[in-house]
Formats: sequence, structure tokens, C-alpha cells
Amino acid sequence: MNFPILSSITFLPLIGAFFIFLTRSEKNQSDKNSIYLSLFTSFTNFFLVLFLWYSFDPTTYDFQFVEETTWISGFIKFKFGIDGISILFILLTAFITPICIISCINSIKSRLKEFLIAILVLETFMIGVFCSLDLVIFYLFFEAGLIPMFLIIGIWGGARKVYSAFKFFLFTLLGSVLMLVAIIAIYWITGTTDVVDIYEIKIPKEFQYLLWLAFFSSFAVKLPMWPVHTWLPDAHVEAPTAGSVILAAILLKMGGYGFLRFSLGMFPLASEYFVPLIFALSVIAIIYTSLVALMQDDMKKLIAYSSVAHMGFVTMGIFTFNKQGIEGSMIQMLSHGLISAALFLCVGVLYDRTHSRLIKSYGGLVHILPKYSFVFMIFALGTLGLPGTSGFVGEFLVLVGTFKVNFLVAIIGSLGVILSAAYMLWLYKRVIFGKLEKVELKKIKDINLSESGILFVLAALVIFFGFYPDPFLETMRVSVDNLINNYNLEINRSIALK
Amino acid sequence: MILIKYLVPEVFLSLSIFSLLMIGVFVKNSFNLIYKLSIFLIFLLILIILNTDGETIKIFEESFVSDHFSLFAKLLILISSFFILIISKQYIVDIKNNKFEYPIIVLLSILGMFFMVSSNDLILFYLGLELQSLSLYILASMDRDNLKSSEAGIKYFVLSALSSGLLLYGCSLLYGFTGSTNFEVIASNTADSTIGIIFAMVFILVGLAFKVSAVPFHMWTPDVYEGSPTSVTSFFSVVPKIAGIVIFIRFMYLPFQEILDQWRYILVFISIASMILGAVAAIGQNNIKRLIAYSSIGHIGYAIAGMTPGTENGFKSTLIYISIYAVMNIGAFACIFLMKRNGKYIEDIQELSGASRNHPLMSLSLLIILFSLAGIPPMAGFFAKFYVFMAVVESGMFTLAAIGLVTTVVSAFYYIRIIKIMYFDDPKKPFEQLKDFGIYGSLIVSCIFLISFFLYPSILNEIISNISIF
Repeated sequence: MNFPILSSITFLPLIGAFFIFLTRSEKNQSDKNSIYLSLFTSFTNFFLVLFLWYSFDPTTYDFQFVEETTWISGFIKFKFGIDGISILFILLTAFITPICIISCINSIKSRLKEFLIAILVLETFMIGVFCSLDLVIFYLFFEAGLIPMFLIIGIWGGARKVYSAFKFFLFTLLGSVLMLVAIIAIYWITGTTDVVDIYEIKIPKEFQYLLWLAFFSSFAVKLPMWPVHTWLPDAHVEAPTAGSVILAAILLKMGGYGFLRFSLGMFPLASEYFVPLIFALSVIAIIYTSLVALMQDDMKKLIAYSSVAHMGFVTMGIFTFNKQGIEGSMIQMLSHGLISAALFLCVGVLYDRTHSRLIKSYGGLVHILPKYSFVFMIFALGTLGLPGTSGFVGEFLVLVGTFKVNFLVAIIGSLGVILSAAYMLWLYKRVIFGKLEKVELKKIKDINLSESGILFVLAALVIFFGFYPDPFLETMRVSVDNLINNYNLEINRSIALK
Repeated sequence: MILIKYLVPEVFLSLSIFSLLMIGVFVKNSFNLIYKLSIFLIFLLILIILNTDGETIKIFEESFVSDHFSLFAKLLILISSFFILIISKQYIVDIKNNKFEYPIIVLLSILGMFFMVSSNDLILFYLGLELQSLSLYILASMDRDNLKSSEAGIKYFVLSALSSGLLLYGCSLLYGFTGSTNFEVIASNTADSTIGIIFAMVFILVGLAFKVSAVPFHMWTPDVYEGSPTSVTSFFSVVPKIAGIVIFIRFMYLPFQEILDQWRYILVFISIASMILGAVAAIGQNNIKRLIAYSSIGHIGYAIAGMTPGTENGFKSTLIYISIYAVMNIGAFACIFLMKRNGKYIEDIQELSGASRNHPLMSLSLLIILFSLAGIPPMAGFFAKFYVFMAVVESGMFTLAAIGLVTTVVSAFYYIRIIKIMYFDDPKKPFEQLKDFGIYGSLIVSCIFLISFFLYPSILNEIISNISIF
């Protein structure tokens, strides 16, 4: 047995959180201690994940670093393992968490210690979701993530925090309990909840449709897809900056990851059957939520709706079942993870200074915040998919993949790109350009060292992956190919049976 | 004389009750002494039970059975009573209810439960049940000068007596149609399920459902829970539930095993109705004891859902459920006993407002307990539900599973509402800082159990692995 690196990266943040819980001292001192502890934990974890990426073998589609122990005797094994798809999400999680922690040093004023504990516990659950290769373990982490996020929104949130926290909690819970029924049903159908075994065993066709729908209900809420996306704008608006960042960058990706790993892998026939549904919902999400985003006067809400639209591209790409589509949606998810995180951080920067998220309370910021305007522009352009940013790579690949399968859907999807340019540029124009008229804006300072540090790192990454997405593509290529091959094999087999 | 060795727990308990009574009569102001002695006796009993081997022995014309099942039930009853007596002591003293009879009556009801869970015969079962119930009536109205408490006692007595009557009627029908009071003989005579046996089964079901407060026989629960002193409520919500569920399982799986198809759908209905009512009715409650009452109705619904398949996995999941439920409720009541301000115990949920600022430890524990009650992983409450629904889906009852899981979402609402009040709202005046090692100890024990359960979730399965009824 090798060193259990997956368990280490999963539970290290939890251990860090436990130590922060144990620190006892004066308020200022304990805040400082907990910041150092949490930064230390999350950076250690990030470097461990980098090491994991380095030692990851991208030439095989088998699951690597597999860890297995009996958990519920006779029933369920505790199984961890990663392939080219999950490692990228783990990387994203481990990268975003330290950024959140740095960002909340300035913005969280009360109960900083508890906040850091919640963030670290959440990191454990998120990494656990991407590592687990057993449905029950997956469900455990998937659901457990609700608890810290509920507290983050509820305790440190804005004016309507209670409503948003409850909506977030109950929506996602309702979505996922049906998945639990499906998981139990899968256990009694196949005799196991081990994902790798289920890939081999193949679930009979007649069960696939219902089970697919049960999983869909959970992932669609989490992703979120239209029409169950309504919790997202509320949650984003009320959550503190760090909460929004985690929500947009990682929690939403669990839905996309779930589609790839479970819906496609375990229910290929049902996935094929429900393609029209997914395409319809994705197209509605892209067009409708982009239009809604145009009309927002709250910056966070605008970005939240743009997230829903971008997730529409993700689902569209996944269900094209070709290489371009799936790789495109993977890149789209990762790039959205960086860009939306950065956008929320940008909004957070303004909110910390003026305590307003409304677009109309800004204008002409370029005159006083030049550095800020510069990075904000990069992310705005990334959102609308300008060539040279990572947003472009994802959307382009998704659209190429979709053109191969369905011309009409691809055309409508392309319109979404124009709409995203419309709302993003308009937002940028109203906030940054124009004359600096508001008196209270004249006093605010440009981004400080820590803020510019994280924002410039993110901007550099967005541009780097816009020009050179190969490190990501290289890592996932074999796994995605294998996914598509398995899918095609299964579809051909069922056609041959007919 | 050799038979006595299988009766050691019961004999020991009876003798200690008599001697405690004597001490109480002859020693003045003996509440403290007797209370501590009772806790100690329960601890001794736990040791005795742990040292009893679980071979299946039937004595007294096969009317009394000692097997793994009854031993597990007794152990669970004793451990829960142990913790509940520890956490409620301060409260009993504070409301000046410190009469020496209190712990003795608790022990008497435990004795009744012992006979109940060991019974293999209608008569012994009924005697045990009545010993238990009579003690509980007295406990409910223990706070004599309090109108609500007396009302609770009377209400509980009248309704419970009615249900006992129905139960007894069912028993007599069963005896009439099968010609025996012995569970196994009954089982072998029910194969040709005549209408009379089904009637008997329904009457007995009504009685049992009343005792575990399942819908539609739950009406007494909120009132009695609210009216009784909190120390008694904490006892009510855990210990008689364990005994009731255990005898429920024994009845369904032993005398009525042949007519599974007849009782299964009644139980499915009872379970769904309890889950829904428990989830919906608790939403509007502001009194934490009433809320716990409705929540316990809901939990009993889940426990009963585990029995509906009629399989071994089924009743085992029910046993796991009721064990975890007991831990959660003990923790919840430990928190309720900490809600004391200006010498008065507070039952209004709104008074918890902002408690996380002033009482971080208590709030964190209550947070863990409430998420566990709501069945959110990775708390133990999730696994309780998981095992139940494993058993339910195994026998193809997808609808029951789906309804059950959807009601968990509804009930999650009122659990997280309490969390909202504690964590999101502005702080009110702090509660008194109680220096009660027992309460904090029990609270921490239950929280650690609930959090760390996911590390090794098959621990309860292994403990009950050698239980069999058939």
C-alpha cells in the first residue's frame, strides 16, 4: 500500500480546521493565528495537489491512486481514486480555497475563526466529492457540503441571508434525496455501489431511465440548470465574497462532474435518450438567463445569471458525446471556475469599499482605480469568450462539438455568446467608464497588495490557458476518450441488440 | 432454581427497587441519595447485561425469553435511562420536584419494559406493558402543583387506558382464534389467516401504535410532552419508544409473521402518515418540547418504515434507527436542560436567538444534533435513514422510500430553523452558565458519537448481527 495521498489531501483541511477550533486566545491574536493556520493548511494542500498532478500518469484511463478499505462491512467499500477528469477539479478546488482565505482577511469582520473553519471543512467535502469512487461516499460528501455552505451564507451573508440560506439548503437537499433512492436502488440492482464495478456490470436498460432522472434531479439543481436555477442568484447575492467564490467556482462544478462521471458513465442509454431534454434546457438557460442578466442592477446577481448561462454551455457540451464537446465543457468549467471566482472577487473589492453592489452606485472608476479596471477588464473579456482567454477555448470547443450533432442548437447557443458580450460589456461600461460623479467614490483606494496578488494571478491564468490549454487537455484526454468509447460501445451494443 | 439465572437483571432490579423504597421511607431528605443510587444501580445492571450470554432461553412455560434481541433492547433502555437520569437531575431539583419516589418510579417503568421486551406470551407482555404505562402516568403528573403537568398525566392516562383496552381486546380475540397465548403457538396457528385473526392484529396494532405514538394515534404526544416536566419528557421521548419499537418488532415478526401481507400495508400507511405529520406539524411549533414531540412522531415513522419489508435487514435497520434516535434525543434534551435563565427553564425556541455568541459549545452541539436529526450526512442520523431505506428499497417499495426522503427535506426545514435562530439571529440575554458536569459530559458523548459514526458505520450492525427472532 502506497502513501494514501488522496485521503491526505481530502482530510488535511479537516485536520487544519480542527486545530483552528482548538486555538484559544485574545480575539485579535486568535484571528491572526487562525488565518496563518488556515493559509498554511490550504497552501500545503495545494502543493500536495500539485505534486499529485505531477505524479499523475495521463497516458492511462484507469483510476489512479486508488485507496480501498471496507467501510460498512458487507455493503460498501470506502473507495477513492482519480482519473484525468477528477484531478482537474481537485486542482481547481485546492487552488481556489487559499484564494478565498486570502480574500476574506479583508472582508470578513466578525467571527473570522469560525469562517475559516467552515471554509476548510467545505474544502474537505469538495475534494471528497471529486475523489470518491463509491456512490454512497460520493453522496456523503456531496450532501455534507451543504452544512458549511448553509452556515457561510446564513451567518456572514447580507440582508436577506436567511431566505437565501434556506432556499439554497432546501433546494439542493430536495434535489439530492432522490439521488439517494437511486443509489440504493442501484445497490439492489447491481449488488454494489462501486462506480468502477458498475461501469463493468452495466445497469439494465429498463432501470436506466428512472435512475438517470433521479441523478439528473440532483445535478440539475446543483449545476444549476434552468428552471431550477432560482436558488443561485439569491445565494450568490447574499453570500459573503468568499462564499460566492466557492459556490461559483467549485460547488456548481459538482453538477457537471456528476453528469460526466455518473450519468454518462453509468446510464449511457438513458443519457442518449434524454439528449433533447438537456439540449432544450441548456439552450433556454443560455438565452433566457443571458437576457435576465442584461436586466440586473445588482452586479453579483448579474454574474450569477451569467454563471447559469455558462453552465448551459457545459451541459450542452457534455451531452454532445464527442471529444470536442466534452473537452470543451471541461475547459469551460475550469475556466468558469477561475473567471467567475475572479469576478466575484472584483465585486467583493468594490463592496468592501463602498458597501454597495448596485451598478448604478458606480461609474467612472477607471479614473481612480486603474489597476482594478485593468484586471476587471480581463475577466469581463474572459466571460464573453474573447479569443486569447480561457473562456474562448471552452465555448469554442463546445460549439464545435455541438455543430457536429445538432446544427440548430449550436446556432442558438452561439447567440448566447453575443448576449454575454452584451451584458458583460454594458456592465463594464457602466461601472468603470464614464465620468466620476459620485462624491463618495472619490475617496476609495485602488486594490491593495493581497487583492492585486490574487487577482493578477487569476488574470495570468485566464490568459495563459487561453493561449495554451494543453496542460489541462493533456491531463484529461485519455480519460475523456475512454468515456466516449465506452459510451459508443454501449450505444452500438444496444442498436445491435435491436 | 436454575431458572433464576436467566432472570438476574429483573430480579436484581426488583430487589433494588424495594430496597430503595425502604431507604426512601426511613431516611429523611433522601432524594439525592436515592437518585445517585439509582444511577449507580442502572450502571451495575448495564454491567450485568453485558456479562449475560445471549443464548436463547425460554422459561416459565416459554412465556419469558432471554435472547440477543431482548438483551440488546435492555441494554439500550438502560444506557438511555442512565444518561437521561444524569442530565435531568439538576432540572428536577430546580423545579422542586425532588421527591425520592421519582427515580424509583423510573426504575419501576424500566422493570416493566424489561418484562415487555422479554415477553413471549400475551399475558406477560400485557403485564409488562401495564407496569410500564402506570409508572409513566405517574411520572407525567409528577409536578403535582403544576396544572399542565396534571393535565398531561390525566390525558395520557385516559387515552392510554383506552388503547390498552383495545390492545387487550385484540389479545383476547387472538387467544380465542388461536387457542394459545404463546407467541410461537399463535404464529403456527395463524397460517390460515381468518378474519378474526386479522381483527385481533388490527386491535393490537392500534395499541402498539399508540404506545410508540405513531399517526393516527399520536394526539396525546404533543400535549403530554409539553405538559410533563422536561425531565419526564426526555425520558418519554426515548426509553418507552425503544421498548415500544422492540415489542412492536417482536409482535410483527413472531405471532404475526405468517400474515405479513396483511399488516405490511397498515404499517406502510402508519409510517407514511407519521413521517408526513411529523414533518409538517412541527413547522409551526415555537415550544421546543412540542417540536421534539412532533419530530419524534416523524422519527417513529422512519423506524416503522424499516419494519415494513418484514425481512431481517428490515427489523435490524429499525433497531439501528431507534438506537441512533436515542442518542440524538438525549443530546437534544441535554441542550434543553441548559436553557435556563433567571432560575427558570425556557422552552420557547425564539429564546435561543443568537445563542452561538454566548454559548458556543452548546450551540455547536445542538447544531450537530439537529443536522443529525435532519439526516444530513456525515452525521449518524443519515446512516439511520440510509439503513432503513436500504431495507425498504430492497423489497421494492420505492414509493415509501421516495416519500420518506422527501419528508426529510420538509423536516429539515424546522431543524435548520432552530440553527438559524441560534446562529443567524442577534443575541439575546445569555443563559445561566450551569456547572453541571453530567449534562456537558452527556452532550459531548452524544455529539462525538454522532460525528464520528461515519468513520465506522457498521459498528451497530456488528453489535446486532447475531440477533434473530425467527
